[in-house]
Amino acid sequence: MDFSLTREQEMVRRVVREFAEKEVAPKAKEIDITEEFPWDTVRKMAQNDMMGIPYPEEYGGAGGDYLSYIIAVEEISRACATTGVILSAHTSLGSFPIYQWGTEEQKRKYLVPLAKGEKLGAFGLTEPNAGTDAAGQQTTAVLDGDHYVLNGSKIFITNGGKADIYIIFAMTDKSKGTRGISAFIVEKDFPGFSIGKIEEKMGIRASSTAELVFEDCIVPKENLLGKEGQGFKIAMATLDGGRIGIAAQALGIAQAALDEEIKYAKERQQFGRPIGKFQGIQWYIADMATRINASRWLVYNAAWRKQVGLPYTMEAAMAKLYASETAMFVTTKTVQIFGGYGFTKDYPVERFMRDAKITEIYEGTSEVQKMVISGNLLKM
Amino acid sequence: MNILVLIKQVPDTNEVRIDPVTKTLIREGVPSIINPDDKNALEEAIRIREKVGGKVTVISMGPTQAEVALREALAMGADEAYLLTDRAFAGADTYATAKALSKAIEKFQYDIVFCGRQAIDGDTAQVGPQIAEQLDIPQVTYVRKVEIEGDKLIVERALEDGYEIIEVKTPVLLTAIKELNVPRYPSIKGIFNAYNKKEVKILTADDLDVDKNELGLKGSPTKVVATSTPNTERAGEIFTGNIKEAVQNLVERLNSRHVI
Repeated sequence: MDFSLTREQEMVRRVVREFAEKEVAPKAKEIDITEEFPWDTVRKMAQNDMMGIPYPEEYGGAGGDYLSYIIAVEEISRACATTGVILSAHTSLGSFPIYQWGTEEQKRKYLVPLAKGEKLGAFGLTEPNAGTDAAGQQTTAVLDGDHYVLNGSKIFITNGGKADIYIIFAMTDKSKGTRGISAFIVEKDFPGFSIGKIEEKMGIRASSTAELVFEDCIVPKENLLGKEGQGFKIAMATLDGGRIGIAAQALGIAQAALDEEIKYAKERQQFGRPIGKFQGIQWYIADMATRINASRWLVYNAAWRKQVGLPYTMEAAMAKLYASETAMFVTTKTVQIFGGYGFTKDYPVERFMRDAKITEIYEGTSEVQKMVISGNLLKM
Repeated sequence: MNILVLIKQVPDTNEVRIDPVTKTLIREGVPSIINPDDKNALEEAIRIREKVGGKVTVISMGPTQAEVALREALAMGADEAYLLTDRAFAGADTYATAKALSKAIEKFQYDIVFCGRQAIDGDTAQVGPQIAEQLDIPQVTYVRKVEIEGDKLIVERALEDGYEIIEVKTPVLLTAIKELNVPRYPSIKGIFNAYNKKEVKILTADDLDVDKNELGLKGSPTKVVATSTPNTERAGEIFTGNIKEAVQNLVERLNSRHVI
């Protein structure tokens, strides 16, 4: 048993933290207000090989390990949760299915530009009537000669409208239920594909969350990902990995709040002394730090299991459940401790609280994580 | 162009502690970074190589932990890295440090030796110039711009109230200031390559053509007798009253102190 990071992981943390503090954090407040997608930051991340950390160099990646990628999401999210989810959705959801199930041609054509950060990726599973019940897909794909014709819509798609390459799920055979779902690689310019409503959100406001509309969208046959009917399996396995990314995002947000809280507890004077001298505050800080530490080990353990090839579905669910609820706990209490100041935009903690909430919802709600965890234990 | 870049690993804080007995810096427990000016030197060396080709070799003298700084330099894009580490180097002042480094440099083919202006821990700005003297090559300090023209360089050297333009032939030693450039971040791919595809080669005192009495504490003319924190008893003064009176009082005070 050895809990130490490798020398590479240590350096990745140090370098990404410096990058996040200098390049990402200064824009976090502004883009939260303007909702402007941080293209400039995405390009800078691409320049520094951050958009494909866990993929091999031959496919345009940095040739790193999965935990290094997770540490990068954590550190970027500590500075700006919006930027953190752009990175996570791109790497875990948009790129991973191609890396795992793509043919050599698909990897050359799509994974290489994604991992290099020349193109941005997204993942379309959720539909208006298929949220937690993801199997209830209503988008259809019908084979017609050398191409599929897609009809339907997807909602709440992270990076939607900004991404170049989308992994889209659709029913190829309704009679087979979940075994009738297939996955497709869809380019933004394919005929019949358009962007619908862009959501206005409570948190991660500068990330793009969009509706995707398919009206007789033509997708070449060779853009089928995996085999027909393999789509649901691809979606679920992809989300297992995606959850580690969201858990890392939650961890970064929680750590950011704790860092602010510790600073504030030393500076803020009430009753003639810094509030950090009061036991009420000390106990909050102790609780926050303990839960963050527990979250961190759950997240890192899930990432490590994925890296070494051990099953990680349950561990990823536990990490996401615990880290997201920790982020909510820590940020809510931090606003409370900051009092009236915490409720204003003079301090970043209200943003942390708004950003934290989504981590309990997307890529499987907390309730879904509990279904996954208990399902793995009960096997009923 | 073959460029040797000399880097130093320094504590990442101004709150360095000093050993009360030996009067030297305590490095344990303090996060370490590449000295900022040295990073400017490294960045410029990499840019020159990107423009005209050649090789960037980084050299550092220090304890074995300094390997991390060299790995980071490799991650930024340096081609090779050497660590001078040996008990014989311990306790070196700037003279003995320059001696060891210049003996190491003699083992390489080089056109430019690039150093940072000074390290944030010692703040002496002596090692670069002393190396140039020991190697008997020209030096340009406080470099804020470099252009390459064949085997000569056109260099801008910052002064307090302007700058000089100096034409100099290689081989030459330059010391970089932060105005020279904005160093790149080590790329993530670079980090993995720095550990998996490149190596940090070790040089000891035995590898250098030098008498060991000229190295380390033995070879250091500087003796630290005592260190102390100077007492600063400067106090601010606030001039109140209406603006006219306050300004008048301020001007009188500045006059009486011969400031204006």
